[in-house]
Amino acid sequence: MTSAVLTRPGRSAATELVRRLPEYLMIWVPLLLSAAHLVSFSLWTLWISFTPSTLVPVSGWVGLRNYTAVAASRNWQIAFDNLLLFGSAFVLLSAATGLILAILLDQRIRAENVLRSIFLYPLAVSFVVTGTVWSWLLNPGLGIQKLVHDLGWTSFKFDWLIDRDMAIWTIVIAAIWQSSGFAMALFLAGLRSVDADIIKAAQIDGAGAVRIYRRIILPSLWPITITVVVIQLQFAISTFDLVRALTNGGPGIATQLPALVVYDLMFQRSLLGRGAAAAVLMLLILLAVLLPYAAWRYIQRRRANHA
Amino acid sequence: MPDRSFAPSRILIYLAVSLIAAAWLAPLVVVVLNSLRSNEEIAQGSMIGWPQQWAWSNYAAAWSGFCVAETCAGIRPYMLNSALVTIPATIFSTLLGAIAGYAVSLWRFRGDNWIYGIVTLGLFLPQQMRLLPWTIVLRDIGLINTLTGLVLIHTIQGLSFTTLFCRNYYVAIPHELIRAARIDGAGFFRIFWRIILPLSGPILIVTVIWQFTHIWNEFLYGVTFTTGQQQPVTAALIALSAAVADIPQHGVQSAAVIIAALPTLLIYLLGGKYFVRGLTAGAVK
Amino acid sequence: MAALSIRALSKRYANLEVLKGIDLDIESGEFTVLVGPSGCGKSTLLNIVAGLDHPSAGTVEIGGRVVNDVAPKDRDIAMVFQSYALYPSMTVRQNITFGMECRRVAKAEQEKAVANVAKLLQIEPLLGRKPSQLSGGQRQRVAMGRALVRNPLLFLFDEPLSNLDAKLRVEMRMEIKRLHQRIGATIVYVTHDQIEAMTMATRIAVMHQGSVQQFADPDTVYRYPANLFVARFMGSPPMNTIPARLEAASDGPVVVVGAGRPDEVRLRLRGYDAAAPFVGREVVFGIRPECIAEGSRTFSSDAPVRVEAPVELVEPTGAETMVLLRLGGEPAMARISPDIRPAPGTSAAFALDTRRICLFDPETERLIA
Repeated sequence: MTSAVLTRPGRSAATELVRRLPEYLMIWVPLLLSAAHLVSFSLWTLWISFTPSTLVPVSGWVGLRNYTAVAASRNWQIAFDNLLLFGSAFVLLSAATGLILAILLDQRIRAENVLRSIFLYPLAVSFVVTGTVWSWLLNPGLGIQKLVHDLGWTSFKFDWLIDRDMAIWTIVIAAIWQSSGFAMALFLAGLRSVDADIIKAAQIDGAGAVRIYRRIILPSLWPITITVVVIQLQFAISTFDLVRALTNGGPGIATQLPALVVYDLMFQRSLLGRGAAAAVLMLLILLAVLLPYAAWRYIQRRRANHA
Repeated sequence: MPDRSFAPSRILIYLAVSLIAAAWLAPLVVVVLNSLRSNEEIAQGSMIGWPQQWAWSNYAAAWSGFCVAETCAGIRPYMLNSALVTIPATIFSTLLGAIAGYAVSLWRFRGDNWIYGIVTLGLFLPQQMRLLPWTIVLRDIGLINTLTGLVLIHTIQGLSFTTLFCRNYYVAIPHELIRAARIDGAGFFRIFWRIILPLSGPILIVTVIWQFTHIWNEFLYGVTFTTGQQQPVTAALIALSAAVADIPQHGVQSAAVIIAALPTLLIYLLGGKYFVRGLTAGAVK
Repeated sequence: MAALSIRALSKRYANLEVLKGIDLDIESGEFTVLVGPSGCGKSTLLNIVAGLDHPSAGTVEIGGRVVNDVAPKDRDIAMVFQSYALYPSMTVRQNITFGMECRRVAKAEQEKAVANVAKLLQIEPLLGRKPSQLSGGQRQRVAMGRALVRNPLLFLFDEPLSNLDAKLRVEMRMEIKRLHQRIGATIVYVTHDQIEAMTMATRIAVMHQGSVQQFADPDTVYRYPANLFVARFMGSPPMNTIPARLEAASDGPVVVVGAGRPDEVRLRLRGYDAAAPFVGREVVFGIRPECIAEGSRTFSSDAPVRVEAPVELVEPTGAETMVLLRLGGEPAMARISPDIRPAPGTSAAFALDTRRICLFDPETERLIA
């Protein structure tokens, strides 16, 4: 019927290995490089954090001295307090904004796609651009305050950018503007994935729209809410560019954040050991968020498998 | 969903949505308008206002005339740097990630779960943990302060994302397809090239958009590993605002900001659907 | 020469033994069906034969050659998959020629081969289409074309019909059988559907929990199931398996169902000498539903045993009437003439064909006689 099939004898293991070498290389080299750099770089930084390194990495062991020095520094303490405030305010407000936007967009409104694009476009822009633009808008001599003054309301005051106590809130504002769209996208997907039959059943039971949201739709969103919160926290902990462009940590060190402290110690003060210690502390803060999340995910998955 | 809304409040809904949308658009509108106002005009009023005279020259100045840290070539060289880093790093990380994702999802090999697990940890590990080692490695291999160094970093780091994206996409491909092809005599690369790649359009678009946006917008590595003429545009923008702190040139600066943001904004406008898919794919790690 | 020989083959994943010492010899030209419930190891066995999975121990010989270390493509096999596994981005023609392309067969030869196969399967008009533009039956045909074009020593089918609807499945079943008769290929066919096994196979290997329970032609498997598992797996509805006692009588053993009850059933057996050692012991008595019929049936033989039994449930299917009755207090299915509809709750007369009874050892579950 057709041509005979060429049957080749089995090859020896060695020639087989040579023949398949290109594919082994293509699989393993990138994956190994990626995995190896993650593991070794983390350990490397961890090691440096225990050495007396300053300008260049040196060997030696100072125990936890770098950590105590960082933890005792005013810079770090302010950064840590700021992180707590910024982290919680930003995460709560952006999740709330995202949820409100998602619910509004879920009302079968016209131009949903256009509106969604508007709420998401800040995510396409770099934090440097966001920070720069908001630094202009919030600058009392240039932005909103100046505009209102020019319009005649001269007693109007909106100078958080130069107010030591309020400056951190400017970062909250810019961060919310930048990333509420992300929360919205996740929430919207969650809202849309609620089983339509359940909604119909509730309507037949006589539930109104508000009740359907409160009793049926929103309760089903809490796993997504946790995901949103964790991802936004992860972002908050590593925030760097936004602050660099918006306040550069100022006024003074009022808007210092851990990532800025790390950079400052490593590359401006050349205290590599302390910089590394601060980086490890950042990682620990992150783990404090991620490990419970991972455990939660694990339990969820176990439960789903058992069900 | 039908009839989830209640009619009388629809006006309120539209009102709320429009107001928020206006607030979200305001920064962009302000900057675009400023980029068309002369520096003097801005200095007299505020950053918020309608241009009295359209100052198109701001763009020319921002592009090639402007001075950043003693070099007066505008942001063109930095845009070029960003492109020379972003484009190769996006291509390399996407291709390598696609092959790696294909290998871990459709070809079981010893240790694949382990290595994949470690690679995905890269999604979470803060950049700060890798800053010092990268500095040392780049210096030792002579790539510090080079664009090649940044390409290397972004390729290796991007693998965490690209491998994850592609792997999650490829696991949905039936294994029988691979089996059939193996019986047909196709090997690892032929199966990838002839069968997997033609199915990969959507995920490659998602990955490319994600990587391009991320690398273009990246700042920390740019500012840490490069200086002066080698910096990408994000780092140059910061240098720019520091350089002009004394004599404000907000019109030109606004134009520079718009130019710097334009590539990723355009990609967002063209590939919005895929952009959002990348965001949510990254979230459901 | 055996087309396929499997020797002492076993496969274990971590702590799970999927295949436990399989031995099979399949002759050239045979249509062998591996049948069993899901998880019995039949697909794993097929994948090992194809070289897509590796055995933990044992050997696979195809055409007299040990192929344990031979890549799937060099084993001279072709495989048809449950999901068809058609390459989505290629046309039907490219799907069929892909294997030849990999083996660098000349273009002209490829064309000729495609033309032959397309004609054989009547898929010529489909050659330019993509798999997404085909119906289920057409995809099935293309998948077979892709296998046929290799002209291999051995065809492997992995549940190829289970994604089709019932009507199409019957059609394709006949078509595969016709194809086998026409080209005389050696086929190993995996299915969980015992009807497919009965209708298509020249020999059936019934698998359960990683081992072959019985390897024989369909009639033997049906008439003399090697053990209770096979008896209950093959046939729809399956063989009635009823606890009973074997007693001695002057002219041979007697099966007693529901001994001591007022409705006790006694069945005299002829020609069941092998059962002699079990006289006076408990046995499992097996009788196919079609061997229990309405009381007037004669089974074209000597006088069948007639019993009066209570009717519990009646299921008319059109072609026959299925009746759930109590035989000596034990439930049993009967297959009676379609126009007889005994009323549930009443008693009716049934005729039993005692020539086709099976007796099983309740301990080992093996067939006694």
